[in-house]
Amino acid sequence: MTAVPPGATVPSGGPAADGSAWPVSPQLAHGGHPADGPGWLALLPVVLLAVGYLLAAVRDPRGWDHRRTAAWLAGCAVLAVALGPLAPLPGDPRGHMAQHLLLGMLAPLGLVLGAPVTLLLHVASSPTRRRVGRLLRARPLHVIAHPVTAALLSTGGLALVLLTPLYAMAERQSALHHGVHLHYLAAGYLFAWSLAGPDPAPRRPGLAVRVGALLGAAAGHAVLAKYLYANAATLPPGLTDRDPAAFQSAAQLMYYGGDVAELLLATALFATWYRRRAPRRRPSPRLIKRFASEKDSSLT
Amino acid sequence: MTGSILPTARRADARASTLAGVLIGVAIMAAVDEIVFHQLLAWHHFYDRSTPSVALLSDGLLHAAEVIALVGGFFWFADLRRRHALSSRLAWAGFLLGAGGFQIFDGLVDHKVLRLHQIRYGVHLVPYDVLWNVAGAVLVLAGAALLWRARSRGAGDGLR
Repeated sequence: MTAVPPGATVPSGGPAADGSAWPVSPQLAHGGHPADGPGWLALLPVVLLAVGYLLAAVRDPRGWDHRRTAAWLAGCAVLAVALGPLAPLPGDPRGHMAQHLLLGMLAPLGLVLGAPVTLLLHVASSPTRRRVGRLLRARPLHVIAHPVTAALLSTGGLALVLLTPLYAMAERQSALHHGVHLHYLAAGYLFAWSLAGPDPAPRRPGLAVRVGALLGAAAGHAVLAKYLYANAATLPPGLTDRDPAAFQSAAQLMYYGGDVAELLLATALFATWYRRRAPRRRPSPRLIKRFASEKDSSLT
Repeated sequence: MTGSILPTARRADARASTLAGVLIGVAIMAAVDEIVFHQLLAWHHFYDRSTPSVALLSDGLLHAAEVIALVGGFFWFADLRRRHALSSRLAWAGFLLGAGGFQIFDGLVDHKVLRLHQIRYGVHLVPYDVLWNVAGAVLVLAGAALLWRARSRGAGDGLR
């Protein structure tokens, strides 16, 4: 059977065809990254985030929910993985993609579920609380934290990096590289908060808008991933030495990693809906008892 | 049925039960397609050169919608159960309708109209296509039969 159906070819050379590309030959072309130092220096803010949260949680007079602490620490752990062990692979597109997935999607969800603003409101002095409250009521914040804006910032920002020479520039300039990472994290946090954050969010739109924003962001992410896969030979433009097979497996990682992130975000989002729809349970046992004692067996 | 005597047992929400079943059915079939045909058998290709860009767009939307349908469907299902408003027969009917409907949609629109990818490469496609769509049609018919039975019986005993 030699006849191959029309259009049945896939760009040749799966990961196996060019396996030697994985341990990237020391990417001297991208000499912008000092190899050892900044990986561990970048962990310092993560440690500060974790320790600061823990100190605040211990001091909370009302007692802080341990599940929130666990979520925050999990988010910090993901951040640490993304900035520590994965940092030495910046020249490799798969390393970049794994960092993007962890920084922009997984870590923010854990951090958002940790409800840091609520914790701050519990432990801060009243002037600080007032200032936070004023900030939360500010109009610009409502615009930025709208799910649609947040989706544009996160998925759109990613598209901007991957479809323009920004990717190649960030490979060369360390500051831009860190800036891109910071943007992934901030936009991811904003998006997760706007969809499902337990922190106070005045003027948060209803379920339909939030589901729509998630749908749009996830669809955009999936399309971008397949588009990059299809055009791996040319796409992050401006690179001097490229390995299309590595970019293709990075695109597949992006596609399936995006699914995982969408699944988690959707779960968090629908869980808030489920909790809010819960029938009001708390007063009912006492009420039933009271009514039942008035008229025997009317409510059994 | 002792359940229907309890004062908490309200009438089942027929429409919501069916739709929640449809959502879960679509999503489960999409997941089976993704796991079995893309990952385990590696028959389907991730991307195929003949895919036009409009198809890429619709594929992305559909793919994103499937994940949301899975999660949303299960939470809806759990909410109906919690409120004693679930008709499990109708939910099963919806599940089969959704699963079969997705199978046929995938077989006709994704594989043939949009040409996202084919079922398998390097073989005669016709038997595969026929089997694929007939399997979908069988699921849809089973779902329709179950729906019809549940509805004709439901008039009597509160659709449970």
